[in-house]
Amino acid sequence: MSPMLRDIGLLALGVTLLLLALTIFGERLRNRSDQPEPAVEVFMTRVDSWWAMVVLFTLALLVGPKAVVLLFAIASFAALREFYTYSARARADHLSLALAFYIILPAQFLFIAFDAPRLFGVFIPVFVFLLLPFVSVLRGSADRFLSRVSEMQWGLMICVFCLSHIPALMWLELPGESGRGMLLIAFLVLVVQAGDLVDFYIGRRLGRKRIVEGLSSKTWEGAAWGIAAAALLGLILGWITPFGPFAAAGMAALASACGQAGNLILRAIKRDRGLRDWSHLIPGQGGFLDQLDSVIFAAPAFFYLTRLWWLA
Amino acid sequence: MNLVSVPRRLAARITGQAIVLFARAITAVNAEWRGVGPSSRQRVYFANHVSNADMPMIWSVLPHHLRQRTRPVAAADYWLTNGVRAFAGRDVFKAVLIDRRPDARNDDPMAAIIDALDTGASLIIFPEGLRNQGPEPLKPFKSGLYNIAKARPDVELVPTWVANLNSVMPKGEVIPLPLMVRVIFGAPVALHDGEDRHGFLNRSAAALLALKPEERT
Repeated sequence: MSPMLRDIGLLALGVTLLLLALTIFGERLRNRSDQPEPAVEVFMTRVDSWWAMVVLFTLALLVGPKAVVLLFAIASFAALREFYTYSARARADHLSLALAFYIILPAQFLFIAFDAPRLFGVFIPVFVFLLLPFVSVLRGSADRFLSRVSEMQWGLMICVFCLSHIPALMWLELPGESGRGMLLIAFLVLVVQAGDLVDFYIGRRLGRKRIVEGLSSKTWEGAAWGIAAAALLGLILGWITPFGPFAAAGMAALASACGQAGNLILRAIKRDRGLRDWSHLIPGQGGFLDQLDSVIFAAPAFFYLTRLWWLA
Repeated sequence: MNLVSVPRRLAARITGQAIVLFARAITAVNAEWRGVGPSSRQRVYFANHVSNADMPMIWSVLPHHLRQRTRPVAAADYWLTNGVRAFAGRDVFKAVLIDRRPDARNDDPMAAIIDALDTGASLIIFPEGLRNQGPEPLKPFKSGLYNIAKARPDVELVPTWVANLNSVMPKGEVIPLPLMVRVIFGAPVALHDGEDRHGFLNRSAAALLALKPEERT
């Protein structure tokens, strides 16, 4: 067995055991009372969604890089759909939005699939940023033009550009260690999620000082607990990364910090649009953007820092 | 059973499932049962009409067992113009087809609707008549809804708002945008004792309009 397959197997085993423990824990909570408790039911639907995600992701890892890219391209499509459903737009933007969904998004993920870093790094932030407003302006409406094109570009940056840096991680590998980049994806997703969960379930009970009063119940203490938990998990999972244990802990802490900041930013956007969740597509979690917000914001920072690491 | 019709019915079932899957994949269409739950009670869902895709959206969000017994009331002059549409209208949606051109029809449209109700089917109707392509959110209702309420008072009249479909495919555009569509079902309206046609139609239109989500731009 190759070391790569062994590591995927070990990781999948570890995560499966963890989810099994959570499922048993939830079922015991369920059996404790005769009537279904809403909090327990929400927890259980979340655990079910995690099962589905872990199974899908593991299957994609086993099939290979193209399957991983496809999985994230689908998530990106769903996220962009959630974002644009509530963004400012006019009739004149119809073609630009269609291009975003049907041309720009697939192109970005094709650049990822065929590992063209010079293209995927600049395509959306530079070329699309300059050219897409031109498509909107050709249709002749200048009403709220800046808001419309800005929101269009924000949607592409968050839901396509940033999100596409998650699968892009798989191309970051040392010479002679083919395929190990895919494990970096699992590393990033696991540490960021762990940070969020610790922040949510533990930090908010101990936390005192709100980060943004009136917007989110996130507290400085909770955020610190989340970052610490991510660092600890990073230390434990250091063996699947090329960083070494302590650098892995540092990268995990950084990813969790970026992720929590992203969570607050998207919270502000949702508040502005009067939304609680982006959609109902993932049972117990809300929409794709609700589920992925922190990983989306952590991915570019994680990607470029990791690349610098090797270039240095 | 007619043997010739078996493959045709199978094709209709498969097409129906494909339409439901397609609607969900592109628009993630989602039912919000706000005023009523899904139930096997006989109902007339009356909805706003901005696009030809309104009816398939409502049809798609109904649970399978209710969809089987729910028939849209649709325009014969649209659905019978070619073979594909006729197959979709007659076999897939099992539409109650009404001719909108008074001079071209030889049967009473109201009688066809009442006949369909008397077989136990639920209906989907668009009381605005033609598609609404103007700026106002809802056009004045035609009398059909009142006639149904009067003739069959036991049938629940459920206001049904299809939200956001206009952005998916505005008039004159060819490519649909994959934006999320919601179908919101409100609390049923019933004809009060002694209520006149005009009052009832206005009240039903107001009940439907009240479901429209607030737009923030």
